[in-house]
Amino acid sequence: MKHFIRQAFRSPNFVAGFVIFAVILLTVFIYPLIITDPPLEIIGQGTFFEPGIYVNVYDSIGSPHHTLKLSDAAAKRIASRLGDDERLAIKEWLVAAGIPEAEVDTENTERLIDQWVNTYDPAVKIPGMTNARRNYYIRLETSLRGLLSTEGVSIAAKNAETAALEEKSTVTQSDYVNVREVPNVRLLLLGTDNFGRDVLTELIAATGVSLQIGFVAGIIATLIGLILGLVSGYVGGLVDDVIMFVTNLFTVIPSFVLLILISFSIGQDKRGAVTIAVVIGFTSWVWTARAVRSQVVSLRNRDHVNLSKLSGHSIAHIILNDILPYIASYVVMALILQISSGILAEAGLSILGLGPRTTEVPTLGLMMNWAMIYQAQILGFWWAYFPVIVTIALIAFSMNLMNTGLDQVFNPALRE
Amino acid sequence: MADKRKQVCLKGTGLTKVFGIGRQQTVAVDHVDFEFYEGEIISIVGESGSGKTTLAKMLLGLIGTTEGDIYFQGKKRDISSQKKKKEYWKNIQAIFQDPFSSYNIFNKIDSVLLDCIHMRGGKKLPYAKKLELMTEACGFVNLKFEELTNKYPFELSGGQMQRLMIARIFLLKPKILLADEPTSMIDACSRATILDMLMQLRDEIDMTLIFITHDIGLAYFVSDSVYIMERGIFVERGSADEVILHPKEAYTQRLINDVPKIYEEWDLSTV
Repeated sequence: MKHFIRQAFRSPNFVAGFVIFAVILLTVFIYPLIITDPPLEIIGQGTFFEPGIYVNVYDSIGSPHHTLKLSDAAAKRIASRLGDDERLAIKEWLVAAGIPEAEVDTENTERLIDQWVNTYDPAVKIPGMTNARRNYYIRLETSLRGLLSTEGVSIAAKNAETAALEEKSTVTQSDYVNVREVPNVRLLLLGTDNFGRDVLTELIAATGVSLQIGFVAGIIATLIGLILGLVSGYVGGLVDDVIMFVTNLFTVIPSFVLLILISFSIGQDKRGAVTIAVVIGFTSWVWTARAVRSQVVSLRNRDHVNLSKLSGHSIAHIILNDILPYIASYVVMALILQISSGILAEAGLSILGLGPRTTEVPTLGLMMNWAMIYQAQILGFWWAYFPVIVTIALIAFSMNLMNTGLDQVFNPALRE
Repeated sequence: MADKRKQVCLKGTGLTKVFGIGRQQTVAVDHVDFEFYEGEIISIVGESGSGKTTLAKMLLGLIGTTEGDIYFQGKKRDISSQKKKKEYWKNIQAIFQDPFSSYNIFNKIDSVLLDCIHMRGGKKLPYAKKLELMTEACGFVNLKFEELTNKYPFELSGGQMQRLMIARIFLLKPKILLADEPTSMIDACSRATILDMLMQLRDEIDMTLIFITHDIGLAYFVSDSVYIMERGIFVERGSADEVILHPKEAYTQRLINDVPKIYEEWDLSTV
């Protein structure tokens, strides 16, 4: 056993897969210890907040202000307000007013504003321009003047008695707060989802639940497959025929269709994560059973099994001691694949809306389902679905890498 | 063995084994009759695919028979339950052809030998006594138990493994030993040692020895009676001298000619 583990860790494929999987697993265990918020708590009023650092505005006014004289601050402020449409409109006016097109650069904010302030005159009539368009330019001029002003902003509060506004303080354009001095700052690394929940916290909780589903489903499927395969392969005869008949029945019916029908018939309110895992496990044991059976059939006539029989060992003893160790490596590999396909099956089911009921736990498939229902993929809210896809892909990828690595260790023909 | 009262210990009547169904049917052993006497050394000789190993497995009770009966010590063999099988296997044991595949690679040598002691009802013996038995058995086949304990079978050479097999038989002391080409996977030097040990063991515990072999020279050298098997049928049988020195069947003649001789030209005309 120790020998096998040492061998496995010499395979680069296995090590790569193991590291990815260990990182995912550690994140799932450690993250909830540090950030203890409930994963399904709705924090955002509104849907799909972009990823970023959210600083409390009220607190930042109350925090100590520091004055920083930064020369490009004004330009940056204007640049962030000036959209592509406005820039193009300014260019259009400037060209019409007689400035050569080559001299107007919509990317260079400072120069564009400069040109505009120097040339624009609301009295100038440009031929062919409608009145509405002229009014648009006047509004644009006003808003730009507002942006260009260097005055501060007053913070006022309503007097409870007189209902009059009383100035409390002013905020000038060169006032800064240190984010560390603002008591309420929330980092939403992956923004919020359609319900206003923190996607990152939800994703990590969902990964944990999905892994649990995968493990339960994989272990159930492998156990059923292993027991049926061992019995049918070793005992043979009528027992083999009956077990193989049932197995063939399950092979003919696509297990995913069976899975859909079973989870549909269970009903929404009885479908918890564990139920789904058990259902997945009970529909995906087929190929493990077939593979184990064929391995056992080739083993049961080996001399060491005959010798064990001649030593008077019982069938159970022979299966456990003379057959199982020989196929153990194979079973471990099958288990890894079953876990990975269990996670994928849950995701597939949940995307169809047949996954675990939605109120209790998030799963990777459910997150995909929610993102799809709220059209995140069409509206471009990538943070709601893309990290989920990456997580599913990473789990499946790491497990398949481990499997390939183990294959190289156990199958001498593949060894380099 | 003529001086002993000849008593039949293993007898078969119309023993048949058919594999497959319908067109793919293969008759591996075809209505074979035989009588093996107690204390005798019997050789069953035939080429590959003649059904020797199938016959051996039927005698051992590892596979069922299609037709025919096997009588053990005058009574019809009954191995219908696990308990009766275990009882039967106390009396008949085997050494297989390939020592490398005869051992469970996950079990240590100690457990192979301990299994034999337990089978002889020594499960409750104190460990010191078991150790003594194991050391004695290993000593019989010129192996040192102190060097083998806690080792795995694959750490041994082929000859050592086959000798360990004999040590196993020494502990079990069965009435019949079926040796299925016990020397074919081993080099010529170890081969003589193994044969010598088998003979010694036979004298020691007075058992019936059934050799399954393709080597008619070996059969002549060791056995009292010889059975020649061709395509599932015993074509010739009798005492070793009778069969090998005065063969009646062309097949037997061919088997004899197939053995290369050092001072003569090898006759390949009958191949």
